[in-house]
Amino acid sequence: MKPVPFDYARPETLEEALALMANYGDDAAPLAGGLSLGPMLNLRLARPAVVVDLGRLALHEIDSLSPDRPVETGALVRQAFLQQRLKADLIMPLVGEALDCIGHYQTRARGTVGGSVAHADPAAELPLCLVTMDGSVWLQSTAGRRNVPATAFFEAALTTARHPDELVAGLEWPDAGEPGTAFAEFALRHGDFAIVAAAAIVRRNDDGRVSGIRLGLGGVEDAPRVFVGSDDAVNNFKDFVEQSMAVLRPTDDPVCDAPYRLALARKLGLAVIVRALERAGLHP
Amino acid sequence: MTILAREQRHSITVKVNGLRYTGMATPRTLLADFLRHELGFKGVHVGCEHAVCGACTILLDGLLARACAIYAVQADDTSVETVEGLGKPEALAPLQAAFQEHHALQCGFCTPGILMSAKAFLDDVATVGVAPTEQQVREMLSGHLCRCTGYDGIVKAILACAEQAIGKSRHESG
Repeated sequence: MKPVPFDYARPETLEEALALMANYGDDAAPLAGGLSLGPMLNLRLARPAVVVDLGRLALHEIDSLSPDRPVETGALVRQAFLQQRLKADLIMPLVGEALDCIGHYQTRARGTVGGSVAHADPAAELPLCLVTMDGSVWLQSTAGRRNVPATAFFEAALTTARHPDELVAGLEWPDAGEPGTAFAEFALRHGDFAIVAAAAIVRRNDDGRVSGIRLGLGGVEDAPRVFVGSDDAVNNFKDFVEQSMAVLRPTDDPVCDAPYRLALARKLGLAVIVRALERAGLHP
Repeated sequence: MTILAREQRHSITVKVNGLRYTGMATPRTLLADFLRHELGFKGVHVGCEHAVCGACTILLDGLLARACAIYAVQADDTSVETVEGLGKPEALAPLQAAFQEHHALQCGFCTPGILMSAKAFLDDVATVGVAPTEQQVREMLSGHLCRCTGYDGIVKAILACAEQAIGKSRHESG
């Protein structure tokens, strides 16, 4: 299908883009790589008055220079570019593993990290990683900048804490360089939207002892969710997973009913924890 | 800053396969439709119109793009490569010749998009200098729907070209 008619604005600077967002608010659709918004426009699920093309803004930086600070990615960092950088720099192994599952070779070439996060599909890989890693989102408007924790940013399906006049400017990924991470998802075909996705991080203290565990689940509810466990949860991770399952309220839809979604969450949750423990050099 | 009104047709200049073209497009005109109907590049096939089937895949400023999920106005002042830039019927590009040799197409609807993806993939292979596995080729092809071939010939053709690409990159770096 073809989209409804829309005005098209192409700001050259972030200031120009923010002025447009301040002016149009909810009537504006910010456009990054276009792999989510493009189909929504073409299917007429989105009917904005104006499309604000962010494509020429300078938000392409990856800052991973200091190991004691979070990795920062500009909103317009392309997924394939991040994939190459993470593999070369050996950082953020969880995100590296998740990126392999995002869409296809062709869509990652153009799809951006900020676009995926701003779109907030409940099963999307990058929002799940951001929540699991306790990352955050930089939002910017003409009034200034604010940093929102990922756990507060994703409110519901395609719904975030972004105000209508704000843009997602960048993402912060706390990365302690832990080897103990794992990502897995279940989709009907490779590259399809995941039905359920799971991510795990095993945290260790400076002395090498396990300090805790984080289990993130996407696609189960209408936003990604993270469960945080102590060192005790690591030793009894099956109980930890069961306790997490009891809290979940799985989505029920024609693709996948709630009991099956929960069964997938349990299976994938256990699988990523076991693999994260193995990679951390611990034998579950 | 550029703001283009919805009902107006705007002048768009795009370099396609090395030559500059100018045509007209409203903001909602898909780049795929602009390339086909305005500039005449009929090798850009339009299938699903929501970035899934891969038939319209092109290179935009060197990066793979679904031409149905981009609007022509976005492509103003950019550089596009389509299947017409690969080879001619009387002088096929090596990739196209490999597709012919390995029976990698039947109806041909998906082929232009797959060829553009394969071109980008083989460029990556040459840069990295490591032969892709069959699994990696199949994963790359998961971004394209082909309902005729079962993909087998396509995989063989790309693997054959990958060996050549690595040989060539070794030769150049040696």
